[in-house]
Amino acid sequence: MKSTIKERPYINPYLGGILLGIVLFLSYYLTQNGLGASAAISRLQIFILDLIAPSHVDRVAYFAEKAGGNLNPLDSGAMFMFLGTFLGGTISGFLNGRFKVETRKGPQITDRQRWLFAFIGGAIMGYGARLARGCTSGQALSGGAVLATGSWIFMFCIFIGGYALAWFVRRLWI
Amino acid sequence: MFAPIAVLNDWSNGINYIFAFIIGIGFGWVLESSGFGNSKKLAWQFYFRDLTVFKVMFTAIVTAMTGLIFIDAFGWIDMSSILINETYLWSGAAGGLIMGIGFAIGGYCPGTSFTGFATLKVDSYFYIFGALLGMFVYGEVAPFIEPFYGGKYSGYMGTVTLQKFFGVSAGVVGFVIMIIALAGFFGAEWIEKKNGNIVKS
Repeated sequence: MKSTIKERPYINPYLGGILLGIVLFLSYYLTQNGLGASAAISRLQIFILDLIAPSHVDRVAYFAEKAGGNLNPLDSGAMFMFLGTFLGGTISGFLNGRFKVETRKGPQITDRQRWLFAFIGGAIMGYGARLARGCTSGQALSGGAVLATGSWIFMFCIFIGGYALAWFVRRLWI
Repeated sequence: MFAPIAVLNDWSNGINYIFAFIIGIGFGWVLESSGFGNSKKLAWQFYFRDLTVFKVMFTAIVTAMTGLIFIDAFGWIDMSSILINETYLWSGAAGGLIMGIGFAIGGYCPGTSFTGFATLKVDSYFYIFGALLGMFVYGEVAPFIEPFYGGKYSGYMGTVTLQKFFGVSAGVVGFVIMIIALAGFFGAEWIEKKNGNIVKS
C-alpha cells in the first residue's frame, strides 16, 4: 500500500514541541493523567500471554495484577490512548505522503540486520520500561512536565545510556 | 477550580477512555509530523546530526509545564489530583540507562514505535515484537528483583517534585528549566550548524 500524496517534510521541531506540549497539557487538564505508550505494550503482552497460558498469568504476580482471574488486561485507558496514537500517526503519515512500507537504517547494514537489531533494541527497552515504570512518554515527557524528580533522573539516564552506547553501534546508523 | 475535569466531574471509565483515545490521536499526529516515525531521525540524535528529539521534547515539557504552573497559580487546577510519577531513584535510573542503550540499538522508543507502526515502517514491527518479549522477560524475573524494583534498594522517595526536593517554589524550578532549555536549544542549533545532517523526510 502506498499513498499517492507527495511526501512532505517534517514540521519545525519547535512547533512540534509546542503542539506536543499542548496535547500533554490537555491530557493533564482533562484526565489528570499524562501521555503514555509502554503501558499499552505491557498490557498487550499480558493479554497475549493470558490467551496462551492463563494459569501461568494467575501465578506470576506481575501479570496477575493486570489479568488475574477475570481481569481483562485491555480494559484500560492506556489501550485507548494506544489506538488513538496509532490513528493519529496514520492520518498524519497519510496526509503527508509518508505512509509507505520501508525500513529506516544506516547505509552499511541490510534490512534484515536492521530488523534483528530493532528486535534486540525493542527487547532491551521493553525490559527497561517495566523496570523504570514508564518510558520516554509516560515517565520522561509527562513526569518531566509535572516536575517529578525521578522522571528527570530517568530522562538524564536515557540520554546518558544512548549517547554512551552510540559510538559502539555506529555501524547501524551512519 | 476547573480541573482536572475528569476528577471534578467524576468521569466514568468509558468517558475517560474516549478522552484517552482523542488525546492519543493528537499525540500520534504530532509525533509523526515531527518525524518520530522515522527511526533514523531518532537515532541520529546520538551522533549529533539531528537534534530534533531534544528540541521537540524540551519544547513540549516547557510548554506543558508553564501552562500547568500558571493555571495552578491562578487556582484553576487542583494539582493534588494530578497523577505525578512517584520517584524510585535506583530502579528508575537503571531502567533509564537500559532504555538509553535499547534506544541507540533499536532506534525507537515505545511511543515513537507506534507511529512507525502506523506508517508501515517495517523495523518498528520488529521493535514492538522485541518490546513484547522484553516485557514478558521482565514479568518473569520481577519476583527476583523486587527489592530493587519496589523494595528497600529501589530508592523509593514517594511523590517528590523538584520544587519539594529543593525546597523552592514551582515557579523557580520552571524558570530554571526554561533557562536550561533555552541554552540547550542554542547549543543544539550550534551543533547542527557545524555537524548537522537533518533527516527531512
